[in-house]
Amino acid sequence: MTGPDQHTPPGNSDGRLIRIDHLVKTYVLGEVEVHALRGASLEVSRGEFAAIMGASGSGKSTFMNILGCLDKPTKGSYVLDDIDVSMLSRDELAQIRNRKIGFVFQGFNLLSRTSAIENVELPLLYCTMSNKERKERAIEALRLVGLGDRIHHYPNQLSGGQQQRVAIARALVNDPSIVLADEPTGNLDSRTSVEVMGIFQELNEKGITILLVTHEPDIAQFAKRHIVFRDGRIRSDKLNSRPRNAAEVLKELPDPELETEP
Amino acid sequence: MKIMNILVSAFRALQRNKMRSFLTMLGIIIGVGAVIAMLAIGQGAEYSVKQQISSLGTNVLIVYPGSQQQGGLRMGAGTMTTLTEDDASAIQKECPAVAFVSPGSRSGGQVIAGNMNWATSIEGTGADYFEVRKWPVEYGELYTDQDIKGATKVCILGKTVADNLFPESSPVGQNVRIRNVPFKVIGVLAKKGQNAMGQDQDDIILAPYTTVMRRLSHFPYLRQILVSANSTASIATAQRQISELIRMRHKIAPYDPDDFTIRNQTDLAATATATTEILTILLASIASVSLLVGGIGIMNIMLVSVTERTREIGIRMSVGARGRDILMQFLIEALVLSLLGGIIGIIFGVAGSSAISNIAKWPTIITAFSIILSFGFSIAIGIFFGFYPARKAALLNPIDALRYE
Repeated sequence: MTGPDQHTPPGNSDGRLIRIDHLVKTYVLGEVEVHALRGASLEVSRGEFAAIMGASGSGKSTFMNILGCLDKPTKGSYVLDDIDVSMLSRDELAQIRNRKIGFVFQGFNLLSRTSAIENVELPLLYCTMSNKERKERAIEALRLVGLGDRIHHYPNQLSGGQQQRVAIARALVNDPSIVLADEPTGNLDSRTSVEVMGIFQELNEKGITILLVTHEPDIAQFAKRHIVFRDGRIRSDKLNSRPRNAAEVLKELPDPELETEP
Repeated sequence: MKIMNILVSAFRALQRNKMRSFLTMLGIIIGVGAVIAMLAIGQGAEYSVKQQISSLGTNVLIVYPGSQQQGGLRMGAGTMTTLTEDDASAIQKECPAVAFVSPGSRSGGQVIAGNMNWATSIEGTGADYFEVRKWPVEYGELYTDQDIKGATKVCILGKTVADNLFPESSPVGQNVRIRNVPFKVIGVLAKKGQNAMGQDQDDIILAPYTTVMRRLSHFPYLRQILVSANSTASIATAQRQISELIRMRHKIAPYDPDDFTIRNQTDLAATATATTEILTILLASIASVSLLVGGIGIMNIMLVSVTERTREIGIRMSVGARGRDILMQFLIEALVLSLLGGIIGIIFGVAGSSAISNIAKWPTIITAFSIILSFGFSIAIGIFFGFYPARKAALLNPIDALRYE
């Protein structure tokens, strides 16, 4: 099974977090079969910060959904943290999402009319934990993203950047093996985007594995590895030898008027 | 997800749409309230009918003489002169299923006491009459078998008669003149009220049947024989034994019709009770239709809620909620709606029934059964009508739910 899509991961070869082999996803829409993934293989090690890029329709969203255990592949295997998740049931996938995966979405996807801390607590409601510990961990996660002083704010009282930080805190609260961020800066202005990328870089420095889907090359520049999708296959997989540093970029950004803090 | 957390989030979700939650509950409130009130009215009616029937006495059979026939002209029940005192004592002696026998005669007329007078009926009875009809005296005493044998001129006044003839003094020990025959009053009966037909049962004077026959009616046959069976179960046996005995004594050939009639009060009671039971069931069924409509209201709102909150469901699933967690969340929301509605409905039902009995003067009875029934009903409705929307939510595909606009 050596095809053109087989890639060896750059960087260290021990501590593989993700091993994906020949992933195929075919949707049947009426009479037509749509080949969203045509055999993608990928390995990701712990502590990586990779950007997945590609035009729309390239299969990167389908890939992300399978990676996030929201969807099952038609063929191929997906091993996450030594668990073969490609054949798990709906409920087992839910447990994997709960324990091992943190999501950050483009539209933030916070529960409206629910405070920041309650949003962050949400994943912990689906595993057994005392109310006290749940609260403590949620506050800790909010501190980590710099929102320790806004834990009781509601999403409509927070700026876009702050909402995305709440979402990041929610993704982190369960100590996931991997954080999957799907166009996390898509709804944010450029300065806030850089701020959010700064948070991801900080988290990555603490050893958290991050997979970022984006179609903006600027944003991808903050990641350490670039994976490019086209037509359901991985076209290129390169290390980014000189990732941009968000903190420095932020200093260079001249315009303080774009400050999003209310 | 812990049940406590689900409950908290259910209450929050319902709070966010207070008006909608209230209107949804209103369906259940009205339904449960109506069921409780209707059951209360029905059971109140049932109770008062039973009460009236039990005032006739327990396990009672009445033997009437048959109708007289002169040529082709039939004279109606009780006109035949066939029942004798000997028949009555034979029933007492020879029918083992019979407990008490009270022969009866009847008269009526103007009764005078001092300067007061009152027209009433005079019922001649045996000494066991009070036992058969479970009718004690309020004060004074009963006449005995000695009084029956000696045909003594003693009488016991019904409450209405006593109140009319002796408005101020106690009648016991005084004399009354019934059609110019003096009787000594030895007691006053306890108040019994109206019977099922609305007649005042207390407008009566009781006297030994022998006295009534000899001094007042001058009619040598019995008008009726009041019999009580040993138990409710032996009523049919007693009826058969009496029938066989009297046919034999009256020398009625096989296949000839009876010259007497035996009436069974239990049949009447059963019929009347069954009628009111049907009334109760009918009222409750009509009321439970509104409960059903309330349940459909819950289902409707839950379906709307699931659609509105599709994105929320997607978010919850993406952070690890399993299908059953989502199912429980929506099921419990529906259950909270129906349970709260049920509890408020019970309060309204109870208040409504007492208002009905106060304003319309209808007897109403609220039983634990009707409360448990309607409470159980509202739980069942919450589960039944909440399940489909909850299942719909649980089966959503997380990807589609997350993208739902």
